[in-house]
Amino acid sequence: MEAATYDVAVIGGGLVGAATAWGLARLGQRVAVLDEGDDTFRASRGNFALVWVQSKGFGLPAYAQLTRQSSDRWSELAALLREDSGVDVAFSRPGGFTLCLSEAQLTARAEAMKRLHNSLPPQALPYEILDHAGTAKLLPQIGPEVVGSVFCPLDGHVNSLRFLSALHTGLKVRGVHYRPGSAVSRIEPKGGRFLLYTASGIVDAGKIVLAAGLGNAKLAPMVGINAPVRPQRGQILVTERLAPFLKHPVVNLRQTDEGGVMISGSQEEAGLDDATTLPVISAIAQRAMRMFPLLRDVNIVRAWSALRVMSPDGFPIYQQSIRHPGAFLLTCHSGVTLAAAHALVLAGHIAAGKLPDELLPFTADRFDVSQAA
Amino acid sequence: MFRRLPDDQRAIVRLSFDGRAIEAREGDSVAAALLANGIVQFRTTPAGNNPRGPFCLMGTCFDCLVNIDGAANRQACMIPVSAGMAVQTQHGKKSIT
Amino acid sequence: MSALPGLIPGVVDVAIVGAGPAGMAAAIVLARVGVTVAVFDEGPTLGGQIYRGIAATPLKRDTVLGKDYWRGSKQLEEFQASGAGYFNRSNVWAIQSGGEDHAVAASRDGQAQALTARRVLIATGAMERPFPIPGWTLPGVLGAGAAQIALKTSALVPEGKIALAGTGPLLYLLASQYISAGVAIEVLLDTSTGWRGLTALPGFLLSPYARKGVALRSSLRGLRIERGVTGLRALGDGRLKRVAWHGGELAVDCLLLHQGVAPNLNLARATGCALDWDEERLAFAPRSNRWGETSVPGIFVAGDGAGIVGAEASVAQGRVAALQLAVQLGAMKDSVRDAAAMMVRRQLRKALRGRRFLDRYFRPADECLVPSGDTIVCRCEEVTAGQVEDAIAQGAIGPNQTKAYLRCGMGPCQGRYCGLTVSAMIAAATGRSPQQVGYFRLRSPVKPVTLGELASMPSNDAARRVVEPA
Repeated sequence: MEAATYDVAVIGGGLVGAATAWGLARLGQRVAVLDEGDDTFRASRGNFALVWVQSKGFGLPAYAQLTRQSSDRWSELAALLREDSGVDVAFSRPGGFTLCLSEAQLTARAEAMKRLHNSLPPQALPYEILDHAGTAKLLPQIGPEVVGSVFCPLDGHVNSLRFLSALHTGLKVRGVHYRPGSAVSRIEPKGGRFLLYTASGIVDAGKIVLAAGLGNAKLAPMVGINAPVRPQRGQILVTERLAPFLKHPVVNLRQTDEGGVMISGSQEEAGLDDATTLPVISAIAQRAMRMFPLLRDVNIVRAWSALRVMSPDGFPIYQQSIRHPGAFLLTCHSGVTLAAAHALVLAGHIAAGKLPDELLPFTADRFDVSQAA
Repeated sequence: MFRRLPDDQRAIVRLSFDGRAIEAREGDSVAAALLANGIVQFRTTPAGNNPRGPFCLMGTCFDCLVNIDGAANRQACMIPVSAGMAVQTQHGKKSIT
Repeated sequence: MSALPGLIPGVVDVAIVGAGPAGMAAAIVLARVGVTVAVFDEGPTLGGQIYRGIAATPLKRDTVLGKDYWRGSKQLEEFQASGAGYFNRSNVWAIQSGGEDHAVAASRDGQAQALTARRVLIATGAMERPFPIPGWTLPGVLGAGAAQIALKTSALVPEGKIALAGTGPLLYLLASQYISAGVAIEVLLDTSTGWRGLTALPGFLLSPYARKGVALRSSLRGLRIERGVTGLRALGDGRLKRVAWHGGELAVDCLLLHQGVAPNLNLARATGCALDWDEERLAFAPRSNRWGETSVPGIFVAGDGAGIVGAEASVAQGRVAALQLAVQLGAMKDSVRDAAAMMVRRQLRKALRGRRFLDRYFRPADECLVPSGDTIVCRCEEVTAGQVEDAIAQGAIGPNQTKAYLRCGMGPCQGRYCGLTVSAMIAAATGRSPQQVGYFRLRSPVKPVTLGELASMPSNDAARRVVEPA
């Protein structure tokens, strides 16, 4: 059987894969995206659409910096994507909040923010700790139980489903071969290139990018890398469309540009089970009511659940295989926030054939305890 | 748009639509009452601001949404009329502020 | 006995969703052997859609609605005498199955509650198949089923110039009911595409449907019927003004569309039941065994919600499911079940005779199942067929990807009016069967519920911990 030949094959057509593939195509690379079928887990379909800075990088300053860099280039990403696809993904960066419902929570967050702030260069993380009155000035609809908040002027959000759709249009416009129904069963490194055995035929690529989310765990060892990712479930409620009332995203509650309010906030170790569950939905609803009591009579028109792709410490894994230098692993659970970094920075490194030293903190070697000993 | 067959002997219920007094019968849904009074557009859509009226009359299409006594986006076909009810066109998105 | 007021009970043996023919039939059998039953229906009265309003219809003349309709009265009386619990205006929006027990979440009068049921029977009946034609969202265009509901529950008939369009027994039944009520119909535009029912003809001729069909045809004498209609569209600016088709056009005030019914399967789907495509009936239905048990243990389906079978077969299926439920709950011996089931299955076979012919004779035209261009596919989110075609061209190979790209299926109707269309369009465009293409993934709540209602549902410490991590 003749293999289709490419400069780069990206395994996975979600936010990470599509952003990276588009970035590569913009650099003139001949790219294929290999995607699975319609009913696979697809974290990209369940994400919360935040472009979020404030809480990123506790324990890994390099992550805070990468996040800031990506957030700063997000409007550039949106503009370039709009040129290619004609789609406005409604990116805005009005500043965002974490709302605290107890003094203990507020104190804990204030301390954590201070430690994070101090671990970074000056000006890297502007933020404010606000009390109830201070929060209410910007969010007049908060309920009396909101004790205070963390506000960061760099936080924003986007219409993430439209963003995913726009990326796919961008792929088409840039001549990327999007191949759905092409689950990869085997990767065979061969003479410096890679043969990928997929459900729709064999693909021959000079470089490969593993962006298959939970699927990376099985694929990475085929090119000598370790991808210790596990599923972490998050459930979301979505309301009917409402007239605009909430400009600022809150980390677990935001109003979309179409008017619906998305309410999130569970972090469950449930394995490969993306069901919605009554007790958790109820708990999410209870917390939302405490934050915004005016939502009491608003209709929830659907609930959703998706599996985040979690590394052991929650930070991304970016790694280039030593044994097979053309193989790159990209995994994270903030595929929206980091999209600009993936499309505009990492794609360039992959095209050039080498991940830079600044990304060394993100390799999976950090999980290898015996190395540290 | 719809008319009553003479069979209907049920008691009369008085309510209003967009401020206009209308009559219905005990047991009518709000949707039936509006249709019986020649009202065929109940709302404009939140997505595209397009006119819509009832389609299924059994609670599955969500096109018959109206504002009833100040509460927005109520399914007119699932709610029985009551005396003095104030029904209004649902214009676009529900507002909660 | 009217509907029980107040709170829904905390625990029952069997929760039945839907008080139509199947649900009532099952409740009667179960109550008779001492199983505790709670029947939930979102409507105000018993009867589901087939016997809609039967307890309270203002139309007392049986000459208008027909003898089949009034047959439902007898069943109603039996149900009311059975002792089964009945909760009207109760919207069951979630079933969470947990092995031996199932949590059933229902809302009544703006209050949500959860109860525990050892078994659940989903008897949610049918809804009209989507009929996407240009202009079908114009005010003045309704489903023929809607017109029947207006007739049964409020003695209402359309005013002015009326056209009926599509195919299916219900469309012709409505025409007959209108003629009996003295309502003038301008035209019935029949879109079915010709005679494909020949091999099923013998079964049909031996069934009660043949007799009814002959009676129906004679009652329609004088009605203008156009056959083989293509290019159907509704025209108007802000409201319906005309209906047009290849070869004709007419000024109308009301257009009633119908091309068959399909199972209302959102609750079954959200509960995790596997669905199968039925090529004869052109619809998805929950997979079930010969007792109606689905792929989720302890969850049963019966009636039109399990696959379109009509009122009499729905009753039989309800009885079949109830017999197995009784055995599973220890309230009936296997041998008693088997003896009773033999009789009921005979009734079921008789009731199903002739349906295959009906399905083929009234088969919707392809062009009415797979729209194109500016025709709206998703009414809620106002997504057009052209947009769906573009998403497919961009690589969406299934309804869930299409939904993610376009939002079709994300509105309050949760795909009830676009799911079949989207699956059919993808199947047609990619040369696969709807079985291979699949259907929307659906979740609870299957009907909108307020945030306050959700917040009032019981939660637990484990759930609160994962929502507010320390």
